[in-house]
Amino acid sequence: MASAAAPLVSLEGVTRRFVTRSGTDVTALQEVSLAIERDQFVTVVGPSGCGKTTLLKLVGGIMPPTLGTVRLNGEVLARPSRKVGMVFQRPVLLPWRSVFENVLFPLEMLGWRTAPRKDEARRLIELVGLGGFENALPSELSGGMQQRVSICRALIYEPELLLMDEPFGALDAMTREDLSFELLRIWNEKRKTVMFVTHSITEAVLLADRVIVMTARPGRVVMDVPITLPRPRTPDTEFTAEFKDFAKTIKSAVYAEARGC
Amino acid sequence: MAAVDTTLRRTLIEYGQTTLAVVVLLVGWEVLCNVLSVPKWLLPAPSQIAADTWEIRAVLPMHFGATLAAVVGGFVLAIVTGIPIAVLVVYSPFLRRVIFPFLLTLQSVPKVALAPLLLLWIGYGLHSNMIVAATVAFFPIVINTATGLESVDKELLELTRSLDASTARVFWCVRLPWALPYIFSSLKVAITLAVIGAVVAEFVGSDKGLGYLILTSSGAMKTSVMFGVLLLLSLLGIASFYAVAWAERRLCPWYLPTNTDPPAI
Ligand SMILES: Nc1ncnc2c1ncn2[C@@H]1O[C@H](COP(=O)(O)OP(=O)(O)OP(=O)(O)O)[C@@H](O)[C@H]1O
Ligand SMILES: [Mg+2]
Repeated sequence: MASAAAPLVSLEGVTRRFVTRSGTDVTALQEVSLAIERDQFVTVVGPSGCGKTTLLKLVGGIMPPTLGTVRLNGEVLARPSRKVGMVFQRPVLLPWRSVFENVLFPLEMLGWRTAPRKDEARRLIELVGLGGFENALPSELSGGMQQRVSICRALIYEPELLLMDEPFGALDAMTREDLSFELLRIWNEKRKTVMFVTHSITEAVLLADRVIVMTARPGRVVMDVPITLPRPRTPDTEFTAEFKDFAKTIKSAVYAEARGC
Repeated sequence: MAAVDTTLRRTLIEYGQTTLAVVVLLVGWEVLCNVLSVPKWLLPAPSQIAADTWEIRAVLPMHFGATLAAVVGGFVLAIVTGIPIAVLVVYSPFLRRVIFPFLLTLQSVPKVALAPLLLLWIGYGLHSNMIVAATVAFFPIVINTATGLESVDKELLELTRSLDASTARVFWCVRLPWALPYIFSSLKVAITLAVIGAVVAEFVGSDKGLGYLILTSSGAMKTSVMFGVLLLLSLLGIASFYAVAWAERRLCPWYLPTNTDPPAI
């Protein structure tokens, strides 16, 4: 079934409902159809609670859709794929393991040997600005530092598709910008496909080939904007007139959705 | 240097205060017993307790050893049965439905009252004292281990699922370490319960052990020996509690327990 022509990720009429503890149904996603081509950098924006995290977890194969199908490489996703790396909204580290051991954790879960990747782990830790903290425990780090560890953890096994749920949410503006460009560099160098959830419209436009705007409950895709800004993007990109046009379009879509309907 | 001096002095003062309190208590006790001439069988003076206990020093190690063996054996038995049962209960809803009613019934019966029945079935001796100690110590281990295994961060499990990790790997690398602090907090309760269980078993039927000594010296109105043995018993309880607390600090250094004192009995 897998063919070169099939998009890397495709969702067809995907609906996801949750049953709350009081017994009522919450529709987190309603009939979302979406295709993501290989090597694309896609950002997802939308109001809180509109189903962005749910969307990533469906693509990651962590939960099944209530209706519709999720395909990866053209094949229906029956179980999680090892080609997918996930950065959660919270760091979710193992509290008893050092930074270094946390970064190596996915390799152990995959049953791979860790020895050949140890240098890479050190390099990644250095890259996100945590050099010198290799042996620290998560409880000895700030929230933003923990989140950077979880980014290294997703990169260590070189997944083809990176699902990132507000990975820079807990970081200060400067670190956030540094890491954004670092991520762009990794994406460019390793040719990965990225789905990146964010609340920052600036960040969404700056990073993306394509911005997906979602509505509040039930979550639907209301706008899908290709960002044709030239690459490589630089810190100055956000001051260009084109950038501002994109940001404005997306902002008005987000705000109209947040207020109206 | 000055800082070291002050901390050292503070420690010395603290220990000094504790020692002083103990000395005052013992001297007061001794004096009161003599002044009021309290009968020996009612409340012996500390000097009397020391002297009478010293007299049976030849047999004490044997009795102490028997109780220690019952406590440690029962404790280990409770661990090697309790933890696997908790694992089964967590992983199999079927076994949970089958095992839990039995566990709850067992827990609601005062195990002390079960001791005579157990001894009737399995006979007398060290092995049965161990089993009684284990029955008493077992329940908190099962409950806490199950709670710990189930309290793993949901998103952490989702992370392992996104890696398509095997159940065994998730158990050894995530669930079990996550549950360790829960397990240890139950072990600290269990070791204290194992002491109680062992002594009860020795009360019910045994020819050695500290419990047996207490029973026989009570029958012989040797109150002073009872006191001496009680002291040994509490030493055994405290030492085994701290051994578990020490193992906890070694095995879960990331988790700093707030409570390192023995629970009040
Ligand atoms: N496990 C769950 N059980 C019940 N309801 C859930 C569950 N997960 C998500 N929901 C509901 O689904 C909706 C979408 O949640 P989701 O976490 O995907 O939102 P989000 O867009 O990521 O929000 P945020 O930007 O705040 O992270 C919410 O209304 C939430 O209440
Ligand atoms: Mg979210």
